[in-house]
Amino acid sequence: MSEPLLKIDRVSKHFGGFTALSEVCIDVAPGERFGLIGPNGSGKTTLINCVAGSLRNDGGSIRFSGEEISGIPAYQRTRRGIARTFQIPRPFSSMPVVENLLVPLEYVAHRGPLLSADTRAEAMAILETIGLADKAETPSNRLSQVELRKLELARAMAARPRLLISDEAMAGLAPNEVDEVLDILFKLNDSGITIIMIEHIMQAVMRFSQRVICLDAGKIICEGAPRAIVANLDVQRAYLGA
Amino acid sequence: MFSLDLLRDAVVFGLLVGCFYAAVSIGLSVAFGLLDVPHIAHPAFLVLGSYCTYLLCQYGWDPILAGIALMPVFMLLGMAVYRFYYVTFEKRGTEAGVRGLAFFFGVVFIIEVGLVLVFGVDQRLVEADYIGKSLTIGDMRLPLRLIVAFGVALVLTVGLTLYLSKTFTGRAIKAVAQDEAALRLMGANPVRIKQWAFGIATAVTALAGALLIIVGPVEPTMDRVYIGRTFCVVVLAGLGSMSGTLVAGLILGVSETIVLTLLGASWAPAVSFGLLLVMLGIRPQGLFGR
Amino acid sequence: MKPQRYGFWVGAAAVLGLAALAAATIRNEYYFFAAYVVVQFVVLATAWNILGGYAGYVNFGTSAFFGVGAYIAVMMIKATGLPLGLQILAAAAVGGALGFGVGLLTLRLRGIFFSIATVAITIILETAVINWRYVGGATGIQILRPPVTEPFESYIKMLFVAVVLLAIVAVAIARYIETSWLGRGLRAIRDNEEAAECSGVPTLKLKLLACTISGALMSAAGAPLAMYQSFVEPASAFNLTYSVSALAMPIIGGTAHWLGPVIGAVLLGTVQQVVTVTVSSELNVLVVGVLLVLFVVAAPEGIVGLARKLRLRLRSRSGAGNS
Repeated sequence: MSEPLLKIDRVSKHFGGFTALSEVCIDVAPGERFGLIGPNGSGKTTLINCVAGSLRNDGGSIRFSGEEISGIPAYQRTRRGIARTFQIPRPFSSMPVVENLLVPLEYVAHRGPLLSADTRAEAMAILETIGLADKAETPSNRLSQVELRKLELARAMAARPRLLISDEAMAGLAPNEVDEVLDILFKLNDSGITIIMIEHIMQAVMRFSQRVICLDAGKIICEGAPRAIVANLDVQRAYLGA
Repeated sequence: MFSLDLLRDAVVFGLLVGCFYAAVSIGLSVAFGLLDVPHIAHPAFLVLGSYCTYLLCQYGWDPILAGIALMPVFMLLGMAVYRFYYVTFEKRGTEAGVRGLAFFFGVVFIIEVGLVLVFGVDQRLVEADYIGKSLTIGDMRLPLRLIVAFGVALVLTVGLTLYLSKTFTGRAIKAVAQDEAALRLMGANPVRIKQWAFGIATAVTALAGALLIIVGPVEPTMDRVYIGRTFCVVVLAGLGSMSGTLVAGLILGVSETIVLTLLGASWAPAVSFGLLLVMLGIRPQGLFGR
Repeated sequence: MKPQRYGFWVGAAAVLGLAALAAATIRNEYYFFAAYVVVQFVVLATAWNILGGYAGYVNFGTSAFFGVGAYIAVMMIKATGLPLGLQILAAAAVGGALGFGVGLLTLRLRGIFFSIATVAITIILETAVINWRYVGGATGIQILRPPVTEPFESYIKMLFVAVVLLAIVAVAIARYIETSWLGRGLRAIRDNEEAAECSGVPTLKLKLLACTISGALMSAAGAPLAMYQSFVEPASAFNLTYSVSALAMPIIGGTAHWLGPVIGAVLLGTVQQVVTVTVSSELNVLVVGVLLVLFVVAAPEGIVGLARKLRLRLRSRSGAGNS
């Protein structure tokens, strides 16, 4: 493939004596829809944290758009175009929904004081695409689960990312809600954003991903097209136990 | 002038006092290290324990027995405090962080001023057979009260460490510190366990308070310097490390007595705070932290 | 929240005008001594709130910054005899540097470690000053006050107007931070620091900024103490009462809005003055502690929050009545 947007090269992460990630190598192409699966504790969120900058990887390199980002603080990675959502939504609970989006808009997209009217309009536009426009002034600590997940995505979108990492955005949602979120992700990908999706809901992964990698105990055990991954014996063993 | 004898005396004193510091801090190791409660009022409870011991001693009690008798009372107090803290702050989530901290800060002052109003600002001390005498080993004269405090402190510290690692409840406490959700799945009630743990931490502090007034006279503002000592020990040990508390206490004790010997008493309060800042700056997870 | 730009400045000018008028007309100097303390707390509470209320990092060491300000002023008077204005600026510079240093050391860690570190700084600084002969050590230092500058008739009136000016500056800064994108970033940090960082907020830089400004203002508030008392000693300059008051006042008044610390300082400061004079200074601290705990538990949004809830309730009641 041409130059990958994200190149994870032999990344490792240890917590004391425990190895969470072991020499993980992943290339993500620009515009790709990439799925990351694996049982609980396999290291998916740790990997995401290393890419996004919440954690520092212990070994290996992470290159985004050709640039080494391992040592760069998280907020600068966001400014370079990496956005992520959190597995358990983390809204800015003292702010209404629309203000949650003003934070990334002001700190990533615009980098400074700007006429608040403009940024508000941008925020409202994002809320329209995601279906939260009618909740714009609602305090974010009063949203339902699916609304919180949408807010996470909206906030990530407000950072105008080139790469969006969605960490189990659909966990615990009803099937129609899963479809809502999936549609949003498809729409984002259509506009050119590369998406890495971490999910347990297999049909979502199958529908969405062009390529899937399965992680288990910090190592990659399988990589390929969605159908092939799901049929793979190693993957089944990892999920069901030996 | 500096001499090897002086250094040796300082180190021995430091070890005796250091073990005492460990006993004084182990309650905080549990409350803050394991339970994540911003218990800045811990030293205030320590001094409160000292004054309660003082009160009982006025009726002829031996201070150590008084301390032991106070333990169940302080246990209940600790459980009540935790219950209140949990219901008011922890349940509400992240916003509560600042408020919880401010709450305990307010409690510090209420206890401190309460003690001043009841007992006045003068120093209080207790009397016992072992207070005032010294033990002579070789050419060293060690105050008996320090040795007694050292012994009780050692039993207390090791006892609590063993309790947490060997008994079922103790291990449940350590488990709830690491993974509350998993514990819930196993059918245990994490809040009750944490409440129990906080109660034990406070009970231990009662006995430590008795040791405090054995080791020397107390006055109401002593909690301030002990904020430094207890948090220094806990941070030095590393949050969640019980066995590290003893080592950290010894390190602090020896450091303090050496500084005391070299620079004098007016610099001693700064040692714990200084060591604390250094640890926070270079190795915040402590020596044995998880 | 529409920033009523002109409204604020008109109000500020009015306050300053009133202060000057009072200085010119009121004879009894006692009022100025008492008012000085209250306005000083407006500065301290506002400064505390910039880091504590907006960003959520609780500073227990207000006394340290305050004391540093007082001693910088003392050193300047002793060494140079420069006027009050420059003393305040020098104190602010040192306080800012101290805030930056403490922040650099501890703001990377969890909130409580920052708070403990601020206690540590207070005790260490107090110990250092006690051992320093040049500024008088434990016994303190008496300073010779330079003559009063025109047009003030007495020291306390000059200091009073100076501290009112300082309070206006402090509140203006707090208000600007609160209503700007800076305030939003700080609030994001307070609500969820990791999410803020991942949303592009340079969390460490913003926290350092808030810590530096807060420290500078606190030290500036301490500078006039040298002239106010003409005698400075560690026990009173580094008195922990400043720490607990600077924390209690914004919590009681309300931490989300710049008016909160002002209201808290005026109310609690006045109560403190009354209690100290009529009963005792220990009871004063007890009152502050009890009120702090009460508000933290029962009215966490402070008086400003209670007022807001009252307004909403009245509004919905009248709305229901109309429909």
